[in-house]
Amino acid sequence: MKPVRFDYYRPETPEEALALLARYGPDAKVLAGGQSLMPLINMRLARPRVLVDASGMSALSYIREQDGFIAAGAMARQAEIEETAWLRKKCPLLSEAVKFIAHPAIRNQGRIGGSIAHADPAAELPAVVKTLGATIKVRASRGEREVDAEDFFRSFLTTCLEPDELVTEIRFPLLGENTGWAFEEVARRHGDFAIVGVAALLGLEHGRISLARLTLAGVGEAPVRAKKAEQMLVGSAPGAEAFRAAAESVKASIDPSSDLHASEAYRRHLAGVLTARALGKALDRIQREA
Amino acid sequence: MIGQSIQRVEDPRFLRGQGRYVADIRLPGMLEAAIVRSLHPHAHIKAFSKDKAETAPGVVAVLTPADFARAGATEAARRAGVAFPLVADDTTHYLGEPVGVVVAESRYAAEDGCEMVEVDYDSLPAVAGIDAALAPDAPRVQAGSQSNLAVEKITAYGDVEAAFRTAEIQLEEEFYIARAAAHPLEPRGILAAPDMAGGGLTIWAATQTPHWLRRFLSLFLGIAERTIRVIAPDVGGAFGSKAGNYPEDFLIPFLALKLNRPIRWLEDRQEHFLATLQGREQKHRIKIAAKADGTLLAVDDAFWMDMGAYPAWPHLMENTARTMPGPYHLPNYRCVMRGVLTNKTPAGPYRGAGRPQGNFVMERMIDRLAAAGGLDPAQVRRRNLIRAEEMPYATPIGRVYDSGNYPETLDKAIELIGYERWRGEQARARSEGRYVGIGLAAYIEDTGGAGPYEGASARLETDGSVTVYSGAPSSGQSHETTFAQVVAKRLDMPVERVRIIATDTSHPSLGLGAFGSRSAGIATGAIWEACGKLAERLKEIAATLLEASAEDLELAGGAVRVKGTPAKTVPLERLGQLGNAVSLAPLPAGVLPGVEETAYMPSRPQYGNGTHACIVEVDAQTAEVRLKSYVVVHDCGTLINPVVVTGQVHGGILHGISTALFEELRYDEAGQLLNGSYMDYLLPTASDLPEMTVEHVEYPSPFTPTGAKGAGEGGTIPAVACVANAVEDALRPLGVRIRDLPVRPDRLWEEMNQRR
Repeated sequence: MKPVRFDYYRPETPEEALALLARYGPDAKVLAGGQSLMPLINMRLARPRVLVDASGMSALSYIREQDGFIAAGAMARQAEIEETAWLRKKCPLLSEAVKFIAHPAIRNQGRIGGSIAHADPAAELPAVVKTLGATIKVRASRGEREVDAEDFFRSFLTTCLEPDELVTEIRFPLLGENTGWAFEEVARRHGDFAIVGVAALLGLEHGRISLARLTLAGVGEAPVRAKKAEQMLVGSAPGAEAFRAAAESVKASIDPSSDLHASEAYRRHLAGVLTARALGKALDRIQREA
Repeated sequence: MIGQSIQRVEDPRFLRGQGRYVADIRLPGMLEAAIVRSLHPHAHIKAFSKDKAETAPGVVAVLTPADFARAGATEAARRAGVAFPLVADDTTHYLGEPVGVVVAESRYAAEDGCEMVEVDYDSLPAVAGIDAALAPDAPRVQAGSQSNLAVEKITAYGDVEAAFRTAEIQLEEEFYIARAAAHPLEPRGILAAPDMAGGGLTIWAATQTPHWLRRFLSLFLGIAERTIRVIAPDVGGAFGSKAGNYPEDFLIPFLALKLNRPIRWLEDRQEHFLATLQGREQKHRIKIAAKADGTLLAVDDAFWMDMGAYPAWPHLMENTARTMPGPYHLPNYRCVMRGVLTNKTPAGPYRGAGRPQGNFVMERMIDRLAAAGGLDPAQVRRRNLIRAEEMPYATPIGRVYDSGNYPETLDKAIELIGYERWRGEQARARSEGRYVGIGLAAYIEDTGGAGPYEGASARLETDGSVTVYSGAPSSGQSHETTFAQVVAKRLDMPVERVRIIATDTSHPSLGLGAFGSRSAGIATGAIWEACGKLAERLKEIAATLLEASAEDLELAGGAVRVKGTPAKTVPLERLGQLGNAVSLAPLPAGVLPGVEETAYMPSRPQYGNGTHACIVEVDAQTAEVRLKSYVVVHDCGTLINPVVVTGQVHGGILHGISTALFEELRYDEAGQLLNGSYMDYLLPTASDLPEMTVEHVEYPSPFTPTGAKGAGEGGTIPAVACVANAVEDALRPLGVRIRDLPVRPDRLWEEMNQRR
């Protein structure tokens, strides 16, 4: 388990990193935590010629509130997200989901930008980013763009990032009043990638559901928004009946596959169970706040 | 000193990262090796081209099967009785089988070299499961053999047929336990350095059995044992996987002599999945006969063990057969054992080494028997357990259960788990649509029976401390601590003044190793005897100084004194100086120098025993199994160090839970491993474990000097059945049956669904 020979750079600014990416393009890989990339490299399943270690860019490790957003630099550690107390109030779904990521030692190394750019469809953060409607700031030497989370994830381990682009920031909108959240997951062991995970956001107005967002991890090639179920929910009365219907809709709309850890049928079943549970918990949270 | 939970001598260096493993040892001029491994489970090697690899940067040598054959290594290994070829000759028989070796200036260069070796394979049909291997038209794993059934044995007594004719309850079931492996934190490794003075070798190896390795190397290399020194430095876990020997144990020393350079090979984790012996995989068809009141009449079991490509460890099947009758009166018994070859990594010992499977099928059937007879599973066990007043109990298969009170462990486990309370909780949960289950498993653990003997040497040093050499190296079991406690007890001296060295074939000259839970009873037995001989020797010397008869002397508080006369003493330090003659002054009249004694303890099995109990809840919707509580009542005789034993039991339970719920090496039908990394091969972690309560009861063994019985595998053996029993008990309202391990949530959900 020794990697093939590669060149290693540890730039200290995004500008230096972007210059390297512009120079080496698809031959380069960005190392942002390394919790997925390093095993792939050591098993020689990935053979980048150049490794751009992003950990020197301390300017990208912030988590702050600004302009009505929560902004997380791409190099913010997952452990820091977990431990930042004010985030639990301001962006509670993110705080809750991070606890499902592996174990403390891995969260100490893992970065939010790394997880999103890696785009494992069973990972927690991509599902959260989609559910919260985050905006992902992406930079290249040639310019900067903002990508809606909805458009960021393309398929298995594939995003809309060009080889010369770097994720620099993820912006989460603040939650409105009367909004509940939940992250539910089944994994073989605590800390594993989800067999199925569900991120849910639920808003109420005048006793009716005014906002519903549901994203599933582990049931497709990318995190899957359950838009049909969301539409069914909006306008209906919150409660077991509506949630059951949403769960059925989710089950009907996804196309999971079988693997070593779970059959297709079991995944579909779990998607329903966890959808109902997540919505129930989100509703509980609104009612407890009220 | 025996019985005290003193802190582990080993901990400071391990906790500070100062342990010294094979991977920490670097010698001047050392080369690193990487193994070229078969990419095919079964294939003919058409061509092997090493030209490119040989000229790669840093590569020193590339060895092909033909090279090894030409150099005589292939034939030498066969002559030495090695159970497998060192490298596949012209056919590979399992995925990962060695086909060549690249030696280079670094491991990086060696792995680059491996990639440049071109092996042209002609794929052959493979078999990867017991049933597939036994099909009449199955491809043969070993060409030219009649069938893939490699070994068949039987253990039987009584009249099984007659018992079944009269039995009021008769049950039959099939069980399957998946393949798993030991996965110690440190994979295997070996460093071989040629002795520059000529001919010999010094070996550092991650091994449980340095003397054993030396013996085989001597036979293989054709050089005397005395010219080979095998050192087991710190070893980071083993669980059976580092007992015996492997192809690399011969390839690396052979190459070190051939190239006249120190060479090291370190197994990496990917290799470990393919190249280290695997275990557990058995299929059972068991029948059980009993009276209506639950009294056992007969067990009739047939099982098949998936041995992988070579029958390296056939006697593990006997561990299964011997364990099955367990702590019970069983008047009639038959067990037919069949070892089946498949195109998979050879099977070998993994903590329990066949015993967990035997306990699993028996304890599963006891629960079935209870359910069939409308009886309480605890009561069925109690009815059949061998009682304390029957000890020592000669079993019909010719073993002697030496000591213990089996019903007491059951009663205590039931009390500790809160059995009656949980039965009430279970009923309440069921009325709410929740599934709570209680699991029980009683067991015996035959320990210390393996191998003919163990050796030890004890020496009094000039500073009055004692150094003891043992042939049983520790791979995490704290021998440096527990062995020292035995010495301190026997010589009545401070434990801090004892140093244990159990790492080296230089001392003692005869030894065997640490496996089969033999250290607590047998290795300490040899230590006890060696210290006893040393004590006699010290009394002889002291007698002349104290002008007393040796019979009137005793060792006490780090000195020899006249019994009952504390004023008349000689400190050990003075005896050490005299005995080692360091002063160069004339010795007192009648005193001969020499304060070093060696002794051997013949192996004789002792039986650890106990009962496990656990509570699980199965999620009605997701079929996830949650362990809520786990209790062990455990008898390993005299506890040398209770905290160390409890640690052994905790770790053992983890391995058992792992077999029940998590671990499974998944091969496809063609023999390709599908989950060869920790992404997909599930080892449980602390967060997957329940709170565990371990209570010890102490019935000392009459067969060991300290009264200790082995404790290495008792945590694992019953845990597999205990968890499976609890899951089935939880789902009894649905009638779900647990037949195949591990219990996977998707399979379990399927089963639950079919019955709702």
